[in-house]
Formats: sequence, structure tokens, C-alpha cells
Amino acid sequence: MTSTRTDLRAWALMLPLLVVILGVVSWPLASTVHLSLTDAGMAARSGNFVGLGNFTRNLGSGAFRAAFVNTAWFTAVSVSAELVLGVLAALLLNQEFRGRSFLRALMILPWALPTVVNAILWRLIYNPEYGALNSALYQLGLIDAYRSWLGQPSSAMMAMVVADVWKNFPLVGLISLAALQSVPRETLAAAIVDGAGPWARFRHVMLPYLAGPLMIAIVLRTIEAFKVFDIVWIMTRGGPANSTRTLSILVYQEAFSFQRAGSGASLALIVTLVVMMLAVAYVAIMRRTALRV
Amino acid sequence: MKVLISTALAGAFALGAGAAWAETTLNALFMAQAAYSEADVRAMADGYMKAHPDIKLNLEFVPYEGLRDKTLLAQGSGQGYDVVLFDVIWPAEYATNKILLDVSDRITPEMKAGVLPGAWTTVEYQGHKYGMPWILDTKYLFYNKAMLEKAGIAEPPKTWDELSAQAKIIKDKGIAQYPIVWSWAQAEAVICDYATLISAYGGKFLDDQGKPVFNEDGGLKALEYMKASMDAGLTNPNSKEYLEEDVRRVFSNGEAAFALNWTYMYNLANSGDDSKVKGQVGVEPAPGVEGISKVSAMNGSMGLGVTTTSKNPDAAWDFVVYMTSQKTQDAYAKLSLPIWTSSYDDPAVAKGQEALIAAAKVALAAMFPRPETPKYNELSALIQVAIQQALLGSATPADALTSAKEQSGL
Repeated sequence: MTSTRTDLRAWALMLPLLVVILGVVSWPLASTVHLSLTDAGMAARSGNFVGLGNFTRNLGSGAFRAAFVNTAWFTAVSVSAELVLGVLAALLLNQEFRGRSFLRALMILPWALPTVVNAILWRLIYNPEYGALNSALYQLGLIDAYRSWLGQPSSAMMAMVVADVWKNFPLVGLISLAALQSVPRETLAAAIVDGAGPWARFRHVMLPYLAGPLMIAIVLRTIEAFKVFDIVWIMTRGGPANSTRTLSILVYQEAFSFQRAGSGASLALIVTLVVMMLAVAYVAIMRRTALRV
Repeated sequence: MKVLISTALAGAFALGAGAAWAETTLNALFMAQAAYSEADVRAMADGYMKAHPDIKLNLEFVPYEGLRDKTLLAQGSGQGYDVVLFDVIWPAEYATNKILLDVSDRITPEMKAGVLPGAWTTVEYQGHKYGMPWILDTKYLFYNKAMLEKAGIAEPPKTWDELSAQAKIIKDKGIAQYPIVWSWAQAEAVICDYATLISAYGGKFLDDQGKPVFNEDGGLKALEYMKASMDAGLTNPNSKEYLEEDVRRVFSNGEAAFALNWTYMYNLANSGDDSKVKGQVGVEPAPGVEGISKVSAMNGSMGLGVTTTSKNPDAAWDFVVYMTSQKTQDAYAKLSLPIWTSSYDDPAVAKGQEALIAAAKVALAAMFPRPETPKYNELSALIQVAIQQALLGSATPADALTSAKEQSGL
């Protein structure tokens, strides 16, 4: 009786929020699903029902496959690099030394930059005529002439990965640092007494504390990286020769540049589905990891 | 207390009355790239507001790359702009989607007679006019006089082959590492340079039935020229990631002997504060090809139109007429040349830029159009990629262009 009443009251209190969520999430989502089943254009919204035609055509197209591979590559390399760098930075900042708080504060800076600013900044760094990267590598004797980093397919994608990693490894670092600080000093001290080396201490004492939070960081970063748009749009707009065109860029082009709203909506839904699958997989792994730890 | 309330009420009334009396607000969308500078456009608009105190103008500036998408999206949302700047390649799409008002009847006989005949193609689709031409532009060949002199070259090139030959001399003498710079990034800019070359080689994008033919004859030769120039090290390899402003920077820094760019670069490079090549800038119509063409040029003009969603179409049109009027254009003729025929013989307009005016007279008469199709943007994107594939060597020019043709579905 009491619990029913509490339940009712809880639902009543949540109702406004639910309405808002339904309004701003479900309605656009439903409308996107509807749009994706039509051949509607952007200017003239009303289209004919085409069933799953948009999905089958897009999934079978070379442009989609190429963009998918680009996106997967970008995501895998960025997130791995952010993970390794983030944990290393956290281990370093977990040590006692003078200026530690200053360094910790400093590390937040790249992460606090808006993505667009970050992209513009790195575009300047990569500039083929007066960019800092060319200048540095040239003066160190590592290259014998200035290069067009964003004008070559071989380096353009890597250049974007570096820009993304620089901005986002601090997030992984901060999460790891917080986790590391929950490792009891006594346990660490005991491990040292028992003769555990640095690797063994990391693997057997710290990693169990680190695993859960790291998983969250990976989930967040993977989803973000898979949706990457701003960095690409500002640095190369998908070029050279579409070698850096990611799925989000493809969605934008299809829907806005080429004015095929229906087809663009179907691509957007495919991206959403992939991201959802990634999230579900991570949550499953997280549960298992949590049980083991 | 009573006093307070009545004061507040009076204030509110005053505000309300003021708003009702004062103004019509017009929202206008411009670009912050090439042609008239943002400062120039704002100054023109201020002039208009001074003459029309009842009109308030909200100007918005976006990069060229965002201009079309922004216009279409604003229209879709129902509360867009009153006046928009549009490129010569968009009237087909804008007309099909009813973005712009058909203003054919608003254009007076005097306007019709005064404007250069070629300029009207900028705003026309299937016989209707969707605005006034405003920025009359094409790609010119700019050259660095000092570099040419140092290399012992007496005359700027008349043909594209001569351009390569002169560039080779300049490269071999070590005067410039990469003598030519272009805007070949994956963007509309590369299509403009490519279109200039197609016009030189007598090619076409589409045939009379609207079928792509850019993969053969002139279209193919144009891309082969670009690739050969890149492979020989005559063209700056960074051109693959450059837009017009990058070209201007490289040329203004004295790092290139030749550049293809719009009108606006002339005065900025020849007398701009940030230029290192002041007074050394020469400008000519882009060269031709022996036996086919004397010069080459493409229509890179832009127009101002009134949107179908504008609540004040009459006021908006009045503003467009003002912006495109001979008086306004003659007063701001340093970064973009007027659309009016008689302006080109006006010494006040030509002063300090005689070379540019001379080049414009020839080039503007030879402007070659980009394809007129509602699907222009998609076709352009495919050709951009094909050009880059060929330049990067991942496909031969013929294969890359043929593949673009097949994907276009035209």
C-alpha cells in the first residue's frame, strides 16, 4: 500500500521530466525513422514511402563502406592512444613531486578547449608553409622539406588522430588519476615489501581499481570518437580524395549538401545503431569485469 | 508607488510605440571570403540605413563553404533570411526548390540595358531571373613581375604550355621552388580552377542532353595538365589543401611566380599592408591553348536575391537594388568589379587598377559556365574527389573522371 503510493508519487514527480524527454528525444527519433523510410528531399519534405530502400542502398554503397572503415580506424587508433597516454599520465601525476597540482590543472586545459578551436589550432600546426610541426621536424633534421600533412591521404587521417588524442587523453587521465587515488597506500606498501616490481604492482594492485573507471572512459571516448565531425570538417572536410570522410561527414553531405533528407536519415540511424551496439557491448563487458574485480 | 507604475507604463508604451514606428528588420546573409570584404559590405549597408532610417539591417557573414547549406536550412526552418548571396551554380537548385523570388518583373529596362550581358547568366534559370548579379568574377592569372624579370622572361604567358615553360625556367633558376600555386582543396575552389582549364581546352562538363562529357577531350586534357604540372614540381604540392585565401597568402609572401585567383587578390597583393610583393603584381586573363582558345575564364559570379520566406520582399528588393547599383559598386570597386558596362570606361573606377580592368574586359567576355543542374552540388563533389585522386596518383585522370561520371547518375 505505502509502496504503491510512493511509486505513484515518484511517477507523478517524474512526469514533467518524462514528457520533456519524450518530446525532445522520442519525437525527433520517431520522425527520423519515418523520414528514413522515404525519399524526401531537404527543401520539399514530403517524400514517397520507399521501405528499407535507403538502408539497403546505403549499406551496399562503396562510399558508406569507405566511410565506415575510416571511422572505425579513427576510433580504434584514437581511443587506444588516449587510453595508453591517459593511464601513463595518471601514473605520473599520482607520484609525489613539487608542482604536481600545477601539472594536474594544466592537463585539463586541452580537454577544456572547444573541439572547433582545437581543430583550428592543429590546422595551423600542420600548415604546410609556416606550421610549427614542419618547422620543428625540419630543424631537428627529421624531414628534408616541408610537407603537406593534410594534403596526403597517408598522413591526413593520422594528423587528425593526433589532434583528437591531444585534446582527449586528459579525460582518460583524470578518470584514471581519481581511480588511482583510491588504491590504499597500505596495499601498495605491502606489495613493495613482498618484492613486487613496478609492473607487478601496476598489474595486480592498481589495475583492479582502475579497470571499472577506465571502462567508463573507454565507452565515453569510443562513442564520441565514432561520431567525429568537427575535427574532420575543419581540418580537411573529408579530403584529400575522401580519404578522411567519416560517417558523420557522410551523413551531413547526404542530408544537407546533397539535400537527400530520407537517405541522410537512414545513414544517421545506422550510425546511431552502431554506437548503441558499442555501448551495449561495453556495458556487458563492464558488468563482467565488475564481478571479477 | 503610483508614480512608479505610471512611469513604468509610460516607458512600456514608449517602447511599444517606438518599435511600431521605427523599423522593418531585414536579415541578410553574406560571405566572409574573397570579393568584397566584410568591412566593405558593412559600410555599404550603413550607407543604406542612413538613407532609410526605417530599415534595420542584420548582416550575417559565413564562409563560402557554408553559404548554400545555411540558406537552405534557414529556409527549411521557416524563419530565414530576407536577402541572400548566392553563387552562379545555385539558381537551378534554388529555383527548383522555390528558395528565391522570381524577380524578372522587378528588373527595369534601364537595369537590363546597363548591366554587362554576360552577368545576367549568374541569376538566370530557364529564362527567369532570381536576383541581381553583384559580384562579377572569374579566375585571373596573377604573376610576380620581379620574378619574371629575374628569370629573363619578357612577357607573361599567353598559353598554358607557355605557363609551364616559364614556370620551369623559374624553377630551374632557383627563383621559386614551386612557381605556380592554385586552390585545389577538396572544395568548390578546385572546380573553379578546373573549369578555367576546361574552357581553355574547349571542353564541356555536360553535353546538350545533360550527359557528363568531362571525362573526354577538353575535360580530360584539363586534368592531365593539372597532374603534369604537379608531377613536374611546377605546381606547389600544397595546392591540394589550399583554398583561395591560402593562394593569396603564398603569392603575397613572394613564394610563387604565378597564381590563379579571383579579382580581390589584385589590390590586396599589389597594395595590401600584409603583402611582400607590393607593386610587383601583374594580372592577365587566364591563358588559352594554341589553336583552341586565346584566353580562358569561368563564371565565378554571385548574385543577391530575395527569399520566398521574406516578410518584406519589397524592402528586401530595394536593398538588393541599392547594393547592386552602379553608384554603390563604383564606390567599392577595389575588391570586386562592377556589373555595369559603363563602369569599365570610368577613369575613377580604373584608377590604380588599370591592369585589372584591362584583364577584366577580356576575361569577363569569355566566361565559361559550370553545369546548370539542380544536382550541381553532388556532381561537383564527385569531380572534386576525381581530381584529387588523379593528383594523388591513386587513379589515372581518365579513370578518375570516368568513375565520377558513372557515379553521378546523370
